[in-house]
Amino acid sequence: MTQTDMTMTNQSNGQSNGNVGSEAVIVAKDVEKWYDNGFNVLKGVSLDVYKGEVVVVMGPSGSGKSTFIRTFNALEPYQKGKITIDGIEISHDLKNIEEVRREVGMVFQQFNLFPHLTVLQNVTLAPIWVRKQKKREAEEIAMQLLERVGILAQANKFPGQMSGGQQQRVAIARSLAMQPKIMLFDEPTSALDPEMVREVLDVMRGLADSGMTMVCVTHEVGFAREVADRVVLMDEGLLVEENTPDEFFNNPQEDRSKKFLSQIL
Amino acid sequence: MASRSNSPISGIQSLLRDERFWKIAFQALIVLFVVDLLWHFSATLNDNMLGRGINFGFGFLGNPAGFAIGESLLDYQAQDAYSKVIQVGIINSLRVMIVGVILATTVGITAGVASFSDNWLLYKISRAYVGLVRNVPLLLQLFFWYLAVFFSFPAPRNPFLFPNANMSWLVLSKKGIYIPGPAFTPATWTGIILLAVSLLLIGLVFNSVKVVRSGSYRGGVGPLLGYGFSLLMIPVLLVAEFFLLFNWDAEKGLYFKGAFPSLMSSPQGLWVIVLLALIIPLVVLARWRTQVIVEQGQSGKPQLVAIALLLLLGLGILLFALGWESPVAALKDDGTFTGGVTGGLKLSLEYAAIVTGLTFYTGAFIAEIVRAGIQSVSQGQWEAARSLGLNSGLAMRMVVFPQALRVIIPPLNSEFANLAKNSSLALAIGYPDLYSVANTTFNQTGRPVEVFLLMMATYLIINLLISFNMNQLNSAVQFKER
Amino acid sequence: MTTTSPNSPLVVESSPPPIAQSGPVAWLRKHLFNTWYNTLLTVILAVVMLLAVWGIFNWAFRLAEWAVVPNNLALFMSGLYPAAQRSRIWAMLGVNVAMAGVTWGLLARNQAQLFGRSILIGVGILCAGLIIFPLTRPSAVALIGMVVLTLACAWGGKALGQRKLNLTQFLSAAWFLVYSISLLILAGGDIRNSLLFLVATIVLSIWLASIVFNVLTKFSVVDAISGNTVGIWAMRVLWFGGSLALFLPVYGFLNVPLPLKIVTMVTYIAFVSLLVPILADRRTLTTFVVAASMFGLGCFLITVVADLIGGTIGLQAIGTNNWGGLTLTLFLAITGIALCFPIGVLMALGRRSNLPIIKGLSIAYIELIRGVPLISILFMGQVMIPLFLPEGVRPDNIVRAIVGLTLFSSAYLAENVRAGLQAIPRGQSEAAASLGLNNPLTLSLIVLPQALKTAIPAIVGQFISLFQDTTLLGIVGLVELLGISNSILANPKYLGDYSEAYLFIAMLYWFFCYAMSLGSRRIELALNTER
Repeated sequence: MTQTDMTMTNQSNGQSNGNVGSEAVIVAKDVEKWYDNGFNVLKGVSLDVYKGEVVVVMGPSGSGKSTFIRTFNALEPYQKGKITIDGIEISHDLKNIEEVRREVGMVFQQFNLFPHLTVLQNVTLAPIWVRKQKKREAEEIAMQLLERVGILAQANKFPGQMSGGQQQRVAIARSLAMQPKIMLFDEPTSALDPEMVREVLDVMRGLADSGMTMVCVTHEVGFAREVADRVVLMDEGLLVEENTPDEFFNNPQEDRSKKFLSQIL
Repeated sequence: MASRSNSPISGIQSLLRDERFWKIAFQALIVLFVVDLLWHFSATLNDNMLGRGINFGFGFLGNPAGFAIGESLLDYQAQDAYSKVIQVGIINSLRVMIVGVILATTVGITAGVASFSDNWLLYKISRAYVGLVRNVPLLLQLFFWYLAVFFSFPAPRNPFLFPNANMSWLVLSKKGIYIPGPAFTPATWTGIILLAVSLLLIGLVFNSVKVVRSGSYRGGVGPLLGYGFSLLMIPVLLVAEFFLLFNWDAEKGLYFKGAFPSLMSSPQGLWVIVLLALIIPLVVLARWRTQVIVEQGQSGKPQLVAIALLLLLGLGILLFALGWESPVAALKDDGTFTGGVTGGLKLSLEYAAIVTGLTFYTGAFIAEIVRAGIQSVSQGQWEAARSLGLNSGLAMRMVVFPQALRVIIPPLNSEFANLAKNSSLALAIGYPDLYSVANTTFNQTGRPVEVFLLMMATYLIINLLISFNMNQLNSAVQFKER
Repeated sequence: MTTTSPNSPLVVESSPPPIAQSGPVAWLRKHLFNTWYNTLLTVILAVVMLLAVWGIFNWAFRLAEWAVVPNNLALFMSGLYPAAQRSRIWAMLGVNVAMAGVTWGLLARNQAQLFGRSILIGVGILCAGLIIFPLTRPSAVALIGMVVLTLACAWGGKALGQRKLNLTQFLSAAWFLVYSISLLILAGGDIRNSLLFLVATIVLSIWLASIVFNVLTKFSVVDAISGNTVGIWAMRVLWFGGSLALFLPVYGFLNVPLPLKIVTMVTYIAFVSLLVPILADRRTLTTFVVAASMFGLGCFLITVVADLIGGTIGLQAIGTNNWGGLTLTLFLAITGIALCFPIGVLMALGRRSNLPIIKGLSIAYIELIRGVPLISILFMGQVMIPLFLPEGVRPDNIVRAIVGLTLFSSAYLAENVRAGLQAIPRGQSEAAASLGLNNPLTLSLIVLPQALKTAIPAIVGQFISLFQDTTLLGIVGLVELLGISNSILANPKYLGDYSEAYLFIAMLYWFFCYAMSLGSRRIELALNTER
């Protein structure tokens, strides 16, 4: 069976993608974080993410889910616990932080494209300046990525001239240009009009199929059911329940999970 | 698998790679450089001053000044001490700043509102005024007013009288501009100015008290410093307020009496106190009336009557108790003018020039600020207010203007500060404001550093006062947002 | 065919509006006379305006003595500049005007029509004004020639911009070059002492160094050195020596007690000289040291070769005492804004930093300077700068003035840039960080370009203020435009001609300030067409 066939069968069975590896690329152990005003946003969260796995993090607003995944690429510092990305520990070590950020890509809710640069320039900026690639090389790779997300025709336009869905796809291509090992998605479709959500989710689906390790914070239940290997629920800074999508949506164990699901399903 | 060496790194290497280390190290280096620089400059300064035989110190302030000052509200003679000179300068500057702020705001609001007028001529005139005045330097305008306009006034022996020679409301000559004015002694004027300054200080006191009471000194060095500073400021400010308001001895250290003693030294001053005291019952009555209308549904008429009576009383005091006089040009026996003028309020040409120049220049900038503020309120607000049944006056007062104020006050803050600083240009036209007398002082004493420190500290304090009070106003008009 | 009820018409034809809805009479009624108070207001204002206009025209054409302006035109324009060298002023004007025209054309390359109606009207008024103004005939002709030059260069700039797309990024460099050339023409002197030569040396050295560096890379010399233990230690020693050599001369002259000197020296050596080479990876260090050495060598060689050419090359030197009038005003304003820019940006960044010391120092600098009047800073500059410097060092009056103006403007510019920085959403720097860009890269590639674009109106406003503030230098003894007017008016021949002289320079100031604010709006529009 070809890889595509296998994934299709697995998806229709509601089982996890058979491509999950055995090594944990993200190891987060007892992570605790306090904001400057003293608020304890993460109260001891542990999560292991394996290579090729797609983990969806859900939860009510204020549960700390965005903050948690932002600790994975050192955008948010944490005070207690230990996070290791692909063997590199995230600490105050400057070199480590640099390395982690090269291995982890992130897609934001507000896209955060650079408005003063064209789409192509947005995608080639980091490879040229951080990975020190030559401009022509970077542009070739960028064009391939843009084609993959379906934006090739707009390569020389500015972000302000594009719709939200198109911008988010460019943002995905921009992160992929750095050839990361892990992709983080922080509510990527929450700021989009409904008709554009589909195109972005399709790109994310394709990415998952190609074996990328992904951690997504999202409210898109359909995506979670079909693509995720694991769904995790966070509430009030703690990890409440984690399970396969099937089990999670059909058979929630915890009360808080049941309450949350009753609100979104 | 990531390709990096797994070899353990030495202690010092891990220290070097720690971002906290570099943050501290970098700041330490900067502190050292700054300290070096400051030390270097002050040491060189000291050496150079010693070379000239001058020791750094403020003792010279007690020495007699030996130069005359054109105009002064304090009774200044040429042999008075330098510290008195500085105080005269400060009061002269305050005279310009206070009047300038009031007039400039009036002109600015008028021109700003006029730019929304549907009368084409008025609109064009206001735009032309703003476009013309903003693009010509202030100093040039000051010179123009002083030399080209005011200096072309007739000689004192041939003054211009308006409306006629027997009953003049206005006397213009090269000696000055004379307008009808209340019979205030210089002490009364000083008292009014001091009262105004003390009101500004009160804003600062309230702010410090608020910071101390909120007790938030967690969260880093910044808030802690702010807390400590406010704690320190409260006693300092209270002492300053005491001296401003109640200082009794006008010959030792401070050469002016506090606001209340100054005002109480003359009958008109007492009436001024009464007039200002009327504000308190007025405010109370207005609040009571609003409360009665809103909460109890009464008509509020009795309060309105009381307010009206109080206003009439105030108007009466204003018109009759303050002793208004018209300027009278003194006549010789043969009907020609001696050049002297009795009665009325005398505005020297220098004072008139600096106030006029500042008013029109700052007024143009304020007009633009007001215009931007009113424009920022969307048309929808007007429409919503009208559709609720509010007439255009109420709509402007209750809906549009408060929202416009949000946008107007921050830039207005810096415009007032600019006016205060621009008043220092009085040097160029010979009005003895703070900067001007400071200039003469350091030329005479050869001590630029001390005098500059004093003078710059004063301007900084004035700026601080304006900025704090405007910030209070700003917070009051903000919306509460999520 | 629609069905209609019996009583309503099938189609309502549009009928003409009631009379007096359009036309000049209607316009008057609507805008000037629509209510009784407006009518009254219009009448009063019209009367006052007519009286004022008649009075002004009466004065301007009959009573005023305009001789003061054409008789002293050279003084107004260039101060005490020697008459024989005045052609240099015209040359300078020509160069700048040409560059301005080219810039205009380049920025407007996407516009359909370069010379729109409003521009042609403006140019027409300008030329008419030049003819009517009390100027000498030759000057008026030359100035009209300058206008024509601007238009021609604008046309050329537009053509150039349409052919080659990426020229806008070279605009700042080109203007800097024009500034250096103008300075050279104005000040004269040996060309080897000029700013232009310095810039040329640096650019040439960089170019030479990069050529040599590329050759070295081809032969893998850099890798060889960084791989070799001896090589890398040689690099470290060179770094140590170089940073000390740059630092010690400055430090040796500081007037501070010895213990403080030692502490600072040790700290400096510890961090910059010793720790950086350990921290940086070998390849980067080698690259940097090799490149820097090539650069230094290049500068040295060029200077030596240039000095070998004997004698003086260049125009006659004209000391700063002879600069004055409008030329001096423009020079002071342009130099002031150019210098205050980097300082202002640094202070704005410092104020937004998280490091408390940096933030505190920036706030202290900005608020202290913004809290005092400009004239006190300028006087401080004139009077006190000699006191802060060792015996015998007496900087030029103009240098002191520029220091004062720069310090003052940088504090205000810092606030304007800070507003621009605050307008950038946090997500931009987060996105940059998540892509792996470090702080300096994020700043220079992402944050600053956007912030500066947003802050352009405020920055141009600051420039206009600075231009107006040059008038204060007249009080501290410099003979810029206002200062020289006062000197001219002190001449008994022109006693009392205040209005004429002041009106003339007021028109000059007005023209420049108004042109700048118009230009700022155009620049904004031009930069936004990129979107």
